[in-house]
Amino acid sequence: MDYLLLQMLNGVQLGLLMFLLAAGLTLTFGIMDLVNLAHGSLYMMGAYIAWTTISWTDSFVMGALLALPIIFVLGLVVEAVVARRLYARNHLDQVLATFGLILFFNELVRVIWGPAGKSIAVPAFLNRTVEILPGVPYPAYRFAIIVVGAAVAILLAWLVARTRIGMLIRAGASNRRMIGALGVNIELLFSLVFGLGAVFAGLAGLMAAPITSVKIGMGDDILILAFVIIVIGGIGSIKGAFIAAMVVGQIDIVGRAFLPDLLKTFLSASAASSAAPAISQVLVYIVMAGVLVWRPTGLFGQRT
Amino acid sequence: MKSKLFGTATIAALATVAAGALPAMAQSPIKIGFVSTFSGPQAAIGEDMRRSVELAKEHLGGKMGGKPFEIVYEDDQFKPDVGKQKSEKLVQQDKVNFVAGYIWSNVLLASLKTVTDEGDTILISANAGPSQIAGDLCNKNFFSTSWQNDQTPMAMGEYLQSKGVKSLYLMAGNYAAGKDMLAGVKRTFKGQIIGEDLTKWPDQLDFSAELAKIRAAKPDGIFIFYPGAHGVQFLTQYAQAGLKGQIPLYQVFSIDAITLPLQKELALGTLGAQEWVNDLPNDANKKYVADFKKKHGVYPSYYGAQSYDAIMLIASAAEALKGDVSNKDKVRAEMKKANFKSVRGDFKYNTNQFPIQNFYIQEAVKDPEGMMTVKTIATAMKDAKDPFYEKCPMK
Repeated sequence: MDYLLLQMLNGVQLGLLMFLLAAGLTLTFGIMDLVNLAHGSLYMMGAYIAWTTISWTDSFVMGALLALPIIFVLGLVVEAVVARRLYARNHLDQVLATFGLILFFNELVRVIWGPAGKSIAVPAFLNRTVEILPGVPYPAYRFAIIVVGAAVAILLAWLVARTRIGMLIRAGASNRRMIGALGVNIELLFSLVFGLGAVFAGLAGLMAAPITSVKIGMGDDILILAFVIIVIGGIGSIKGAFIAAMVVGQIDIVGRAFLPDLLKTFLSASAASSAAPAISQVLVYIVMAGVLVWRPTGLFGQRT
Repeated sequence: MKSKLFGTATIAALATVAAGALPAMAQSPIKIGFVSTFSGPQAAIGEDMRRSVELAKEHLGGKMGGKPFEIVYEDDQFKPDVGKQKSEKLVQQDKVNFVAGYIWSNVLLASLKTVTDEGDTILISANAGPSQIAGDLCNKNFFSTSWQNDQTPMAMGEYLQSKGVKSLYLMAGNYAAGKDMLAGVKRTFKGQIIGEDLTKWPDQLDFSAELAKIRAAKPDGIFIFYPGAHGVQFLTQYAQAGLKGQIPLYQVFSIDAITLPLQKELALGTLGAQEWVNDLPNDANKKYVADFKKKHGVYPSYYGAQSYDAIMLIASAAEALKGDVSNKDKVRAEMKKANFKSVRGDFKYNTNQFPIQNFYIQEAVKDPEGMMTVKTIATAMKDAKDPFYEKCPMK
């Protein structure tokens, strides 16, 4: 039972990180109709910028707080310089241009921070375990990710459901042209959404940094998973992204934690141990395919 | 039309002259291609190898058998496809006489044929030792200055067996070397294997699910193979999960001179196996380690030591042939003698051209200046042969 709880928490932690990344992606895709492959680069920039601000301030929390506005500004700049010109273009142009952005950011990082990658240490006050239940320790840093991730998810839910900006975002996601026609300052809205997406991606990047490591192209691998999440959840839907991220987080953990033992019940031990990693790597895509057969626009997709 | 024909004829004539002149240009340097990882989180390993190759060059005075030599470095970016491309470039475009390096078994496996068969060039692996190349795929153009993947974990398994460890939980990256490593430890460790995880390689750096499984499985010890950046992450997360002090960790290739500056005190006391340790008491090693430390202020790693040996092995053949490395049969015959002062101490080549050598148990400690390092505490295997050489058709 303790074991199950630990593994579920691991899944929640991964899911929340993925949600932060997917939230921005689904908004830019849903509202601006922009396929932004460079969203993973913002995740990477979040980690690198945080590495710099953390080494300036000598404090993880201060550094992270300082990094977030910088990433917001970076998001605005990327939107104004590149993304804005792409909204009216077709998806292929967008893919090409934002792929170019990935190459640009990877080279930029190489020039500024060098090719070798960096590591961010877990802040000292979180470098221990907390007892979530008596006798069940859990790494405090991962617990902190869950807390921060959940807080951001709640904040975002409030923002989207209860505020005027959120209303415009929802309206934009369901009918982009109409809100422009109604006289809403759509450029400002787009900038804001892009900047917000960048902050969430950056936050995910800097929180993941102590667990993985800060390296060139760190966002490229995880971006694929983020796309899977927004496709499962339905493009443009924050709620969908959240639920899909939670599902994907749990699937990943199930694949890693339970699948090998499950396979061993009807396969030989060696066949199971070589098949399990392969299956767990494609499990997410199988689920995505299943969801798409059942609901072609995703779980909470707006458009038909 | 006429002038064009004339032009072609001239070029053809010039080319013939140039081709004829080539052997006469005896002073053209010996060229060695060196493939390693020089970017990304594993770049520190490549840098350690490059430093050692440069040190070998310095110790040789820039010459082999009286001939100057040059090194062409290529970055495999930690990717098999890129490694293959770069190997192809070295052989076909740079026309190198030797290709050395290769940290990763999957990169080496992807590049092997390009160099040894299509390019008919001699390849010296300075690290990777996949089981395939020791057995069925063994090749007259392939030499190793490292080990076969199974051997180091076999040494660790034998030691744990002798210390009475009852059960182990095994973890490694899911690629060629990871599978060899787990097979290796199982060859010699006869206790219970409580659990076994091959994790997605190289993407997975988050081991939370596996560590939770280990906590629940309660083994006597954990055996891991996570080289470079992955080793740093594993050790940190192992400590964060509160397992340090509860379940002892045993490792191969996961705690070394490259990872220790990042792992620091977390590594203290952890045991591992290796064919080379920086404190091995032979003269070649003392000189190598002292000069490396003087130059760079840090200890070299086994990656570096094996790279240093790779250059010294080539040099020994070039010396014996007075700098003429054009006859491949003669070069191979000379290399097979392993007639040089290896930093691990003298070794012989087996029929599959992997070393027959000792393996040691090492412990992570602090040196008198407070720098993290490893020291030898036992000899686990003497003159060990890898378990695959009998499958190799070469005799």
